[in-house]
Amino acid sequence: MNLVAVVKRDCPTCSLIEPVLKQLDAAMDVTLEVVTQDDPAFPSGVTQVQFDDDLFYSYHHDIETVPTLLRVDEGVEQSRLVGWKRDEWESFTGVPDLGPGLPDWRPGCGSLSVDPSLVDELRTRFEGHRLKARRVDLADLEDDIEAMFDRGWSDGLPVVPPTETRVLRMLQGTTRAPDEIVAVVPPDLVECTVEKVAINAVLAGCLPEYLPVVLTAVEAACTDEFNMHGLLATTMPVGPVMIVNGPVRQRIGMNAGVNVLGQGNRANSTIGRALQLTVRNVGGGRPGGVDRATQGNPGKLSFCFPEDEEGSPFEPLHVERGFAPDASTITLFPGEGPRGLVDQLSRDPESLARSFAACLRTVQHPKLPMVFDAILIIGPEHGRVFKEAGWTKAQLKERLHELTLLDGAEIIRGAHGIAEGVPEGFKDVQLPKFRPDGLLIVHAGGGAGLFSTIIGGWANGETGSQPTTREIRS
Amino acid sequence: MTRTVLDPTSERSPAHRERVARPSSLTGLKVGLLDISKARGNVFLDRLEELLTARDVTVSRFAKPTFTKPAPIDLRHEIATQCDVVIEALAD
Repeated sequence: MNLVAVVKRDCPTCSLIEPVLKQLDAAMDVTLEVVTQDDPAFPSGVTQVQFDDDLFYSYHHDIETVPTLLRVDEGVEQSRLVGWKRDEWESFTGVPDLGPGLPDWRPGCGSLSVDPSLVDELRTRFEGHRLKARRVDLADLEDDIEAMFDRGWSDGLPVVPPTETRVLRMLQGTTRAPDEIVAVVPPDLVECTVEKVAINAVLAGCLPEYLPVVLTAVEAACTDEFNMHGLLATTMPVGPVMIVNGPVRQRIGMNAGVNVLGQGNRANSTIGRALQLTVRNVGGGRPGGVDRATQGNPGKLSFCFPEDEEGSPFEPLHVERGFAPDASTITLFPGEGPRGLVDQLSRDPESLARSFAACLRTVQHPKLPMVFDAILIIGPEHGRVFKEAGWTKAQLKERLHELTLLDGAEIIRGAHGIAEGVPEGFKDVQLPKFRPDGLLIVHAGGGAGLFSTIIGGWANGETGSQPTTREIRS
Repeated sequence: MTRTVLDPTSERSPAHRERVARPSSLTGLKVGLLDISKARGNVFLDRLEELLTARDVTVSRFAKPTFTKPAPIDLRHEIATQCDVVIEALAD
């Protein structure tokens, strides 16, 4: 039987079982090799000791605990034990009476190959070759952050330099292979790998656990349905607005409460930025280039938030859109910046719905129907009004549909002295403000304030952009 | 110490930045003379320095450690930050 024991002197359990290793080395039917991590002279009295000073063996055999005892056949591991437990070691090795006088059981210690102070360096050393992106050297006299600006990789704010170590750490956030193609990114229609998304996620300031959300956002954005190319190229002030649903929100610490659309939460702030940087850097979509926005909006830096499902009077957005409640999803909407909706007096749902409708009618222009979708983000104090009255989301949507029907005579060109409007032919009909399913309702925000928010859309529909939901995979 | 980062772009453009446009005159410009360390390149550059200095052009001298390899990133950065123009003595 061939055995390999991985140990380090610094581990009290490893020192404790030094006599056991001698016993195994002397046993008739056992060939023992000891791999020692921190001291080539440890353990004493064993014939074959390999000093794993660069931790190559330990890293490549996924050693997490020392001592670890491996049973090996023709170089291939068959099974392993960790820590010291006499009866297990005896049955595992077939050698009786191991370590007389020793305690029956002692837990092991952490392997040096998973030491938090070493693991990034080891991953870079042993896995750096897996990264295919071009290496760019920075000069000694260059400031790292300025170098990112100089090379055109920033959206105007500082970015985190994407070193091999940081990118490999980012890739720990997904089970997907670095060379897997995620999407073909407009406007240059470039095949984009998981690795390239990870690099841009590093630039954006993401943590590894955000990466699956970013990958899904890139996938969703680069579909014919969502039409990132058109959204980028348009002169309108719109960009991808991202709504996250499901358990991933809590898992990565997103903020659905106070200041939900504002600054201060790392996940909210960086996930949207990672998508935008991917479009900029991989797709080549830059302001003044293919991005022709007349004025743009600050949300084009990053615009991502989670729904407050737990406090909502309604079913969450992803369930409404056909996903299981325990699925994690991201919904992309082509949207402008958020605008406030104040109603501090309505305490019954009909009154509040009328306020919502009055504000929703003005999305992009009060005389333009059917073109622009909208998101209505209901704040908790407004949500409570519907909850207490027992209204469902479907009920609210139906009422808002009725309340946002526009009389043709009011919105034809020239009506109210405004040239903008619909053609004269619509004078005698009513037109809905929004397409069927063109109004997305979500719930988010802090507990105080009788406010909600509207996010107006872009050219919505098959010829423009459809709100697009995708499930987030690990 | 040289730091290395991974290119976040599609890599369709060269990693190094574009050269600036050739100036119509050297008057008032800072000119770097880069010796690539091939034999007698220095002789050629010494003469150029004489001629340029006589025309009131500011000249700085640089040298690659070896002609067999590209200029180190630090040397390129030094030239780029100190000079408007560089003249490289390519061959022996």
